[in-house]
Amino acid sequence: MARFLTPKALRTLLPALSLAALLAAIFYLQPRTMSYFGLNLLLNLAVPIALATIAQMFILCVNDLDLSLGAFVSLTACITATWLNDTPLLGVLALAACVVAYGALGALIHLRNLPSIVVTLGMSFVWTGIAVLILPTPGGSAPEWIRTLMTLKPSLVPFPIIASVVIALVVHIGLMRSAAGTVLRGAGGNPKSVERAGWSLLRVKVTMFSLAGLFGVFSGMALVGLTTSADANIALRYTLLSIAGGILGGGEFVGGRVSPVGAVIGAITLALAGSFLSFLRLNPDWQIGAQGAILILVLALRLLVSSRERRI
Amino acid sequence: MTWVSQLVQKPWVWAWFGAVSMWVIITGVSGFGAGGQVMSAAASFGTFFVIVAIGQMFVITLGPGNVDLSIPACMTLSATLAMKFMNGDPDLLVPGFLISLGVGLAIGTTNFLLILFLRIPPIIATLSASFLYQSTAIWSNRGLRVKPPEVLGDFAVAKVAGVPILTLVVLVVTVGMAFLLHRTRFGLSVLAVGQNEKAAKLAGIRVERVRFLTYLMCAVFASVCGFFLAGFSGGAALNMGEQYLLMSIAVVVIGGTSVAGGYANLTGLWGASLFMFLLVSMLNTLGLSAGYRLIVTGAIIVAVIVVSGRKLAR
Repeated sequence: MARFLTPKALRTLLPALSLAALLAAIFYLQPRTMSYFGLNLLLNLAVPIALATIAQMFILCVNDLDLSLGAFVSLTACITATWLNDTPLLGVLALAACVVAYGALGALIHLRNLPSIVVTLGMSFVWTGIAVLILPTPGGSAPEWIRTLMTLKPSLVPFPIIASVVIALVVHIGLMRSAAGTVLRGAGGNPKSVERAGWSLLRVKVTMFSLAGLFGVFSGMALVGLTTSADANIALRYTLLSIAGGILGGGEFVGGRVSPVGAVIGAITLALAGSFLSFLRLNPDWQIGAQGAILILVLALRLLVSSRERRI
Repeated sequence: MTWVSQLVQKPWVWAWFGAVSMWVIITGVSGFGAGGQVMSAAASFGTFFVIVAIGQMFVITLGPGNVDLSIPACMTLSATLAMKFMNGDPDLLVPGFLISLGVGLAIGTTNFLLILFLRIPPIIATLSASFLYQSTAIWSNRGLRVKPPEVLGDFAVAKVAGVPILTLVVLVVTVGMAFLLHRTRFGLSVLAVGQNEKAAKLAGIRVERVRFLTYLMCAVFASVCGFFLAGFSGGAALNMGEQYLLMSIAVVVIGGTSVAGGYANLTGLWGASLFMFLLVSMLNTLGLSAGYRLIVTGAIIVAVIVVSGRKLAR
């Protein structure tokens, strides 16, 4: 037993263990959640958060930080609830343009060596502005096929769980197991050596930012599928949630150390933190605070584990 | 014309140039009367931007990864607790202000301890802690708007010859901070740590102590700003700090302070604060709708950073 529980394994398992502990606590407090229907309700809203966290993870991977993600997801949600529903072709074009715009931002940040924090901060105004123009008042409606997809009721396993596993596995295989993924992560770990080896850092940045944009689009679409309508501020809190989720899932700020599976688990943990509190009958005022506390707790645990790792 | 080329080299010039051009456009569109009014309003609102930006500037100057994301939560918590304690009673003004200061000191210390003990980037530390501060504020405020004592409200909006008193006070503070930054051991240590942390450590600078004082100062500035902003706007509200996160960072960067750390500029803070306020006023004057206003604001922030990008990246 002790042989398997090396500090390194513990570190990798930490996000999963935190999630398991939280789930166990929720099941204990409210046994009725331990059902198909209960899990569906609990985890539903975790899907768009998980997608946004994956988007943030791509940016974290190249040592940048996106402070506009929440505004961007709100924008894509607005496009989904209006153009994609009314005139699908225009909607698809607009969403594609969003992804291209993200790639262009990556190019701009790389070429002029700009601080991503400030650029994305400015862009958050732009995204919100466009969203307000598209949808001045809350409304719109979800395209039928997204609604159907998000409310799927597969037998045995609830849809949010299947969706989370699929998201985590697809990104894991693409980023952690493929040759191209290794180069992309390497560019975060040691940009100079990746460049010396003949890879274009510009292409890496554009790819990562485009991927972030793509998953931001997915997140907005999934969100609208659940809420059936949108508004320009619908996902603003996703900015902080996605950063927190990425870090919770074992991502580091520098060095291209990220984990897609961990990011999805981190996002689910944060989404569940709110439910946990309401089952505890704690004051809902403390919901945001609990997310902060969980974040600090997990970071402290991680420090504990990695200090043991160093000692051995 | 050497003075022109010398002037253009100064990092703070662009912010002031932007502020003046915005004012010229506003005055051109709606006349001198409106121009005077908008200048007075810009001084009032700009002052609050400057207060938080001074703290943020010192933090950002410490080097990459150093940003205080807890400023809005700190402002809200300080204002909420202080206003609730005073409950409109002018006799409690001094203890109320001390409470506000205490909140700043406590938050600054917490932020630093998290950074030190968890060994995490300051962005994450201040972000996670800000959730806790915000929750405390929500819990103690319960969505009510507690009115400030009348004295505080009067002071926050009082003017001498059209210039808000608060603006004059903060101007003096700015000069003091410029002295602190360029002439004292602490200020020079901040710059040195920002330029090269390792070298600073080897040179005998106690890096962690400098970091502690910087985060402490930033939180205290934010809490004081929250205190006076509550007086200015007729009470503490839960969302009062919302726009100050983006504003504090934008003002620091547009004002010519290097995002990479090690180079700070206080003159630019005033130019950038006035610029940010006048920019929004100008877009209002031109009658643009909310959506276009946001787009233009964002585009201009990005454009300023791109134009001055070479300097930032040194």
